[in-house]
Amino acid sequence: MTPEQAILWAMGVPLIGSILILITGRKPNVRETMTLLTAVSMFLVVGSITHVVIGGGRPSVTLAELLPGLNITFTVEPLGMLFGLIASGLWIINSLYSIGYMRGNNEKNQTRFYFFFAIALASAVGVAFAGNMLTLFVCYEVLTICTYPLVTHSGKPEAIKSGRTYMGILLSTSIGLQLLAIIWTWQATGTLDFREGGILDGKVSGGVLGILLFLYMYGIGKAALMPIHRWLPAAMVAPTPVSALLHAVAVVKAGVFTVLKVIIYIFGIETLQGTGAAMLLAAVASMTLLFASVVAIRKDNLKARLAYSTVSHLSYIVLASAIATGTSIIGGGMHIAMHAFGKITLFFCAGAIYTAHHLTLVSQLDGIGRKMPFTMAAFLVGSISLIGLPPMGGAWSKFHMMLGAANADLLIFVGVWMLSSILSAVYLFPIIGRAFFRPLPQTDGQAAAAGIQEAPLPSVIAICIAAIGTFVLFFYAGDLANFLSPIVKS
Amino acid sequence: MISAHLPTWQVVLPLICAPLCVVLRRTQATWLLSLAVSWVSFAIALALLQQVAATGTITYFLGNWPAPWGIEYKVDMLAALVLVLVTGIGSVCIFFAPKSIQAEIPGDRAYLFYTMYLLTLTGLLGIVITGDAFNLFVFLEISSLSTYVLISLGDSRRAMTAAFRYLILGTVGATFYVIGVGMMYQMTGTLNLADLAERLPAVADTKTILVAVGFITVGFGLKLGLFPVHVWLPNAYAFAPSVVTAFLAATATKVSVYVFLRFYYTVLGASTFDKLPVNEFLLALSLIAVITMSAVAIFQNNAKRLLAYSSVAQVGYILIGISLVTATGVAAGILHIFNHGLMKGALFLVMACVFYRIKSVEIADMAGLGKAMPLTMAAFVLAGFSLIGVPLTVGFVSKWYLIIAAIETQSWVTAALVLLGSLLAIIYVWKVVEVAYFRPRPDGATAVTEAPMIMLIPMWVLVLSNIYFGVNTDLTVGTAMSAAKALVGVAP
Amino acid sequence: MEFPGLWNYWLVVVIMMAGFYIVIAQDNLVKKMVGLSIFQVAVFVFYITIARIDGGTAPIIGEGLSNYTNPLPHVLILTAIVVGISTTALGLAMIVRIKDAYGTIEDDEIQAMELEEDK
Repeated sequence: MTPEQAILWAMGVPLIGSILILITGRKPNVRETMTLLTAVSMFLVVGSITHVVIGGGRPSVTLAELLPGLNITFTVEPLGMLFGLIASGLWIINSLYSIGYMRGNNEKNQTRFYFFFAIALASAVGVAFAGNMLTLFVCYEVLTICTYPLVTHSGKPEAIKSGRTYMGILLSTSIGLQLLAIIWTWQATGTLDFREGGILDGKVSGGVLGILLFLYMYGIGKAALMPIHRWLPAAMVAPTPVSALLHAVAVVKAGVFTVLKVIIYIFGIETLQGTGAAMLLAAVASMTLLFASVVAIRKDNLKARLAYSTVSHLSYIVLASAIATGTSIIGGGMHIAMHAFGKITLFFCAGAIYTAHHLTLVSQLDGIGRKMPFTMAAFLVGSISLIGLPPMGGAWSKFHMMLGAANADLLIFVGVWMLSSILSAVYLFPIIGRAFFRPLPQTDGQAAAAGIQEAPLPSVIAICIAAIGTFVLFFYAGDLANFLSPIVKS
Repeated sequence: MISAHLPTWQVVLPLICAPLCVVLRRTQATWLLSLAVSWVSFAIALALLQQVAATGTITYFLGNWPAPWGIEYKVDMLAALVLVLVTGIGSVCIFFAPKSIQAEIPGDRAYLFYTMYLLTLTGLLGIVITGDAFNLFVFLEISSLSTYVLISLGDSRRAMTAAFRYLILGTVGATFYVIGVGMMYQMTGTLNLADLAERLPAVADTKTILVAVGFITVGFGLKLGLFPVHVWLPNAYAFAPSVVTAFLAATATKVSVYVFLRFYYTVLGASTFDKLPVNEFLLALSLIAVITMSAVAIFQNNAKRLLAYSSVAQVGYILIGISLVTATGVAAGILHIFNHGLMKGALFLVMACVFYRIKSVEIADMAGLGKAMPLTMAAFVLAGFSLIGVPLTVGFVSKWYLIIAAIETQSWVTAALVLLGSLLAIIYVWKVVEVAYFRPRPDGATAVTEAPMIMLIPMWVLVLSNIYFGVNTDLTVGTAMSAAKALVGVAP
Repeated sequence: MEFPGLWNYWLVVVIMMAGFYIVIAQDNLVKKMVGLSIFQVAVFVFYITIARIDGGTAPIIGEGLSNYTNPLPHVLILTAIVVGISTTALGLAMIVRIKDAYGTIEDDEIQAMELEEDK
């Protein structure tokens, strides 16, 4: 198929898959097969566009004219290609994991779960391939709406309350701030297309540029800058596969992806470099980064700790884009991939621990390494990557971001990143330490049950694949950087 | 031959058939007659729209008496669009009506419902199509009186008092309008709208005309639900039969807004606002309306009252657009006239289905309907998204143009408050959604099934129109823009 | 213009305000309807006043006559009177029904009963 058809099929396949899931809902095994088939087909379709993009092509397809002068257009460029590949690739792993998790916990309403998951993936790829800001906004909103049933899956009061926070913050920021920024941009420049070098250069004064930057950054609620980050810890009430989707596969990635697209293609790297507004944004991002890490250290609930870790890592990417040098932006793009793999591993592990042993707090994890060696080994791999140490992929993305800051003589941010690595170690290594080096807690009178008690097999397989991916990315980081380099050449 | 007289047929057809309903008496027969009349009126309105788009404004002299001595019917782009809206909503609602009023109006009185519906239709269509100021009053009263009766047909005794209060306020409003027209007649000697437009500039600075403008503003402000003279609206909408609310919410207030547009832009001319800053006054009132009415809606326990307050807020949006006095602003207002008709029509039809099954519209009674009536509540969610302004729905298109208009005129406060209104809408829409989907059916509640097909289909037609016109915006935006440009005096 | 020439308009204002006041201040629904009618009468007087021309005769074509009072406002008022009668009739019919349902036609009592229902 042509790249243009592939773009449309990349969204069409999950949508058709969702209908198939709905139809086969009564037969769980067939339904799960549908999910996996859809995920694999989608990955293949998305993958087929890759070589075109590597060769310098930018396939584009226009679906409809939504408003006079504004089309729904999809255009693929390297950053979008990367996000598309990650989203569709991780969906396969996530589906494997979900099968183990949902069955292991006897969750209800599984059909509804898989149905909305597929639609969420379709909208995530829509965000990835968006060719102008309007298309991105439409897919961004659809993503928010179709993930609501996933976040409130359990239907319990905490879930409803968290759902309100989730929808409330995401819709308020997107309608209240982002939409205003988009319409203002349209008014000022007459276009919303993503163009190399940005579209705002010379069209608005410096002050307006600053205001627009802040409207966009706080309007992109999915990038979780403080103080609008509250939805992310609130969303931990969802089942772990949903948390993995939110934190790794789609939702936050859509957020920081949008941040990068806006900075590169709406503002333009040169326009933003060194301006007061960009520096103010960098300061906000740094504070979020460090503050979230500190909060993570104090959290005993494992998923809460990981949630705040995500808030911190998202700010890595926002900081990198605020520094706005070529190297830091590429580092930010790489970090989308690295953090996705690392975080999904960690969340899978948290879910596996819950499924197998019903434990949610870090303080309960003494000695669990003996019972769940695969899971905790994967946890170790993911942690090393997120802290930014070799030989895991996270080392390279962090290196690029710090190099970008150094290139721009912004050594303070190099310091921020290094401090954050130390803080990450403080909140991640103790978990490993407890798991492997402390003895299992003694239950009254009984010796602790010996032997391995892992999560269901599909989940363990998924965990291992994710961890291996994290490791493998270390070696392919160079290729990744080269793949992304065209986006910063104007 | 028929096509030459289309403008009259638009009004005369429902007018003649109304007393026929009284003669026919049998529910089935009157329903079929009303259905036929509604659909034929819709076809006429579409034909008129096509004609206007092709050949420009249509002028028709009643009885062949030339203007300004005779009564003239004038159909331009704006009028045609409003005609299509009113007849379209009427056609959908009348399809919906028989089962719905079965639940709310005693069987032997059903034919009266259809009679009054046809008379209301006549009145509303007449208001839109006429080019004579006093003829407008006549049609206004035709539609108002039949509306009062329609509202009083509700099954609670509060419908009667709501209708009575509306009667008092509505009559006061209409009388104010008559005073205003009288004063204008006194100064210019004519009642024809186009003729008034020509003669008014010469006398526009006199106190008489200023007072006349004031009377007309308050008069029609009462009818369209302008804050703070909207007080009749929440109870009237809440206690009227659900189909009536759906029809009125989507059409009656919009027609009054149309009259506003006619008077301010066609008769007085956009340059009036330089001398008489009524638009700033209206803008301030509308902004207050949007925020306060949305906030009040959040605290309502009766779903229909919640939607009624929401309607007042939405009318505020329309007036914001109109008060910005630019082509984009007026286009945004006209666009929202059409879009809000679709949205609120759909939402009130949902409430009609809900009432048909559970005999209540209290939000607390709607617990668990997400599972019991999935199609109905899904319609509510989609129409609710339109109200909030989620992309791919008509609500988004209206908000888009409103904000562009606000940014163009540097009214940052307006833009911010419009967006804040959307956020408040999220809260009150979600209030209903949460109860329907997340609370289980209370024990001992009657088992309910989905609404009958004959109610589901028209409701979903409106809901899907929300999405269709939200994606395919050429028709609505194009019409609104050309109408607005003609009104504001910018060459199209 | 001197006061005596305008006394019709003053009458209009007085009647209009009287009627309006009755509508707002009176609790009895029938009295409200009466107030509404009085309010509308003011409008009728207004229209008829503006029809009169100084030195005009009745609007019937006759020889040697050139100044006629304007018949159009009279026609408009006839329409408005008919509308007013229909409104009054409808309003009174509603009051009868309200009496059946609430047992009273005093507005404050009705509002109190409705407030009870709302709780």
